Amino acid sequence: MSVFLLYISIGNVKGGATPIIAEGVSLYSNPLPHVLILTAIVVGVATTALGLALVIRIKEAYGTIEEDDIHNQDQSL
Amino acid sequence: MIESHLSLLIVVLPLMTAPFVAVLPNGRLPWFASMLVSWAILFMAAMQLINVSNGNIISYELGGWAPPWGIEYRIDSANALVSLIVAAIAAVTLPYALKSVAKEIPTHQHSLFYAAFMLCLTGLLGIAQTGDIFNLFVFLEISSLSSYALISLGRQRQALTASYQYLIMGTIGATFFIIGVGLLYAMTGTLNMMDLAQRLPELYEHRTIHTAFAFIMVGFALKLALFPLHLWLPNAYTYAPSVVTIFLAATATKVAVYVMLRVVFSVFGFSFIENTPADELFLLLCVMGIVMMSFYAIYQQDSKRLLAYSSVAQIGYMMIGIGFGTVLGITATLVHLFNHALMKGALFMAIGAIIYRVGSSRLEHMQGLAKHMPWTFMAIVIGGLSLIGVPGTAGFISKWYLILAAIEKQHWLIVGVILLGSLLAVIYVWKLVEVMYFKPASESAIATAKEAPALLLIPTWILVIANIYFGFDTELTVGTAEQAAKLLLQGIN
Repeated sequence: MSVFLLYISIGNVKGGATPIIAEGVSLYSNPLPHVLILTAIVVGVATTALGLALVIRIKEAYGTIEEDDIHNQDQSL
Repeated sequence: MIESHLSLLIVVLPLMTAPFVAVLPNGRLPWFASMLVSWAILFMAAMQLINVSNGNIISYELGGWAPPWGIEYRIDSANALVSLIVAAIAAVTLPYALKSVAKEIPTHQHSLFYAAFMLCLTGLLGIAQTGDIFNLFVFLEISSLSSYALISLGRQRQALTASYQYLIMGTIGATFFIIGVGLLYAMTGTLNMMDLAQRLPELYEHRTIHTAFAFIMVGFALKLALFPLHLWLPNAYTYAPSVVTIFLAATATKVAVYVMLRVVFSVFGFSFIENTPADELFLLLCVMGIVMMSFYAIYQQDSKRLLAYSSVAQIGYMMIGIGFGTVLGITATLVHLFNHALMKGALFMAIGAIIYRVGSSRLEHMQGLAKHMPWTFMAIVIGGLSLIGVPGTAGFISKWYLILAAIEKQHWLIVGVILLGSLLAVIYVWKLVEVMYFKPASESAIATAKEAPALLLIPTWILVIANIYFGFDTELTVGTAEQAAKLLLQGIN
C-alpha cells in the first residue's frame, strides 16, 4: 500500500490539472504513475487471492492455521 | 514477417497458450499442446540467438511506440543466451512431464497444471526479453505467482506451507524491487533500462539512487536465493512436484541472476558499484553461501533437499562473477548460469525418475537402486561429476573460468573457496552414489524398481549428453557469454 502511495505522490505536478486533455490547460499532472499503480494493484490482488487460497488448503490439510501447530505436526512425522 | 516480431512472439506465444490449455479436457491434449508450443519457442529462441550472435542488438518497439515512452524489447547476447536456456529446459522438461505429472498430480488438475506451466514460462521469457524495468516487474510477478501455484501441487502437504513461505518471501522481494524502481522513476522520469543508463551517471552521488540500488539488490537477492535470503528454496524445491522442481531449479534463479547482471552493469554501471562496498559485500555473501550451503547439503537425508542446498551454493558461484565486474568474471557467471541449468536439470530429472519408480526421494529409500535402474544411476553420476567440475563436463568449464577470473583479480581467498566448494561437492555427490551403488536394496525396492520408462530417461539423457558436449565444445556457451560480458561492461551503446 505504501508503495502505491509512493508512486502516486510522485505523479502530482504542482499546479497541474487532471491529466485529461482540456482546452486552455497546458500543465497536467503525470498520469503514468497511476497506470503503474493500477498494474501493481492488480498484481497485489492476485497475490493476495493466491495466498488466501493456499491458507484454505493448509487449513484443510493440517486442521489449523497456527504456525506452531503446523510445525509440530510436520516435526512429528 | 514473423522474423521481425520474433522477440515478442517468444513471450506472447506461451501467454496465449495458457488459457487455451486450461480449457482443454484433462488427458493428453494439454500436455501435447504445451509440448508443441515449447518446441516452437525453442526454435525461435535459437533463431534469435543466431541473429544477435555477431554483436547485433535487436530493438523491438511494442505497438510501434518508440522508446523511451513505449515499452522496448531489447535483445543482446546476454538476453538471448538466457532465453535460449529457459526455452531449452522447458522443451526438454515437457516430454518428461507426461508420465511424471500423470503419476504425481491428480488427473482433474492436469489442464490447470500445464496452463500454470505455460504462464511460468511466459513470465521467465518475458523477464529475459524485456528492456523496460516496470515490464520486468510485471513478468516477474507472472512467473512468481504461477510458481507458487505449481509448487503447491506437490503430493505431500508440506508443499502447501512451502509454497506459502515462498509466496510471502517472494512478494517481499518483488515489493522491494518495485520500491527501487519507483525511486529511480522519481529521480529520472523514465522506465526504459537504456534510458535510465544514460540519465543515472549524473545522479550517482544522490542518496535516492543509492537507496534505489539497495532496494533493487535486496529484492532480487531474495529471488535468486543468495545466502542469507535463500530460506524459501530448500522447502520449495523439495516438496514441489518433480517436473516443477526440474523447471524451477534450472530456470527461475538463473533468470534472476541475469536481471542482477542487467541492473548492475547496464542500468547502473559498474563504476557506480565500485564506489560502494556493494561488490565486496557480494563476494562475502557468496563465499559464506558456497561454504555453508555445501556443508548443509552434506547432512541432508532427502536427495531433493540435498540438491536444493547445492543449488544455493552454485548461485554463490554465479554471483562471484558479478562481484568481480571484469569481462572474465561476467563470462564465468553467464557460462555457469547456462551449465548449472543443464546440470541441475539432469540431476533433478534423474531423481524424478527414482520418485516415479520408488515413490520417495529420501536416501534411505534409494538404497541399492543402481543395479535396478542403471541408466538413471549413470545420469546421477555424470551430473554429479559435472557439479564437482571434473574435466570433460560442462561444470569444469564454469569452474575454470571462475578460477581464471579470481586469479586475474588476485583474490586468492576466492580461488581457495571455489576449490573448497568443489571438494565439498565431492562429499555430497558421493553420498548419493554410495547409497545407490554400495548399499543393499530393500525388499520392497527390488519388487517395484525397474528402469525408468523411456519417456523419462530420454530427456534426462539429453541433458546429460548436453553436459558432456558443452564440456568440450564451448563455442556456444563461452563465445556468447564473452560477447555478452563485453556488451554489458560497455554499458550504453
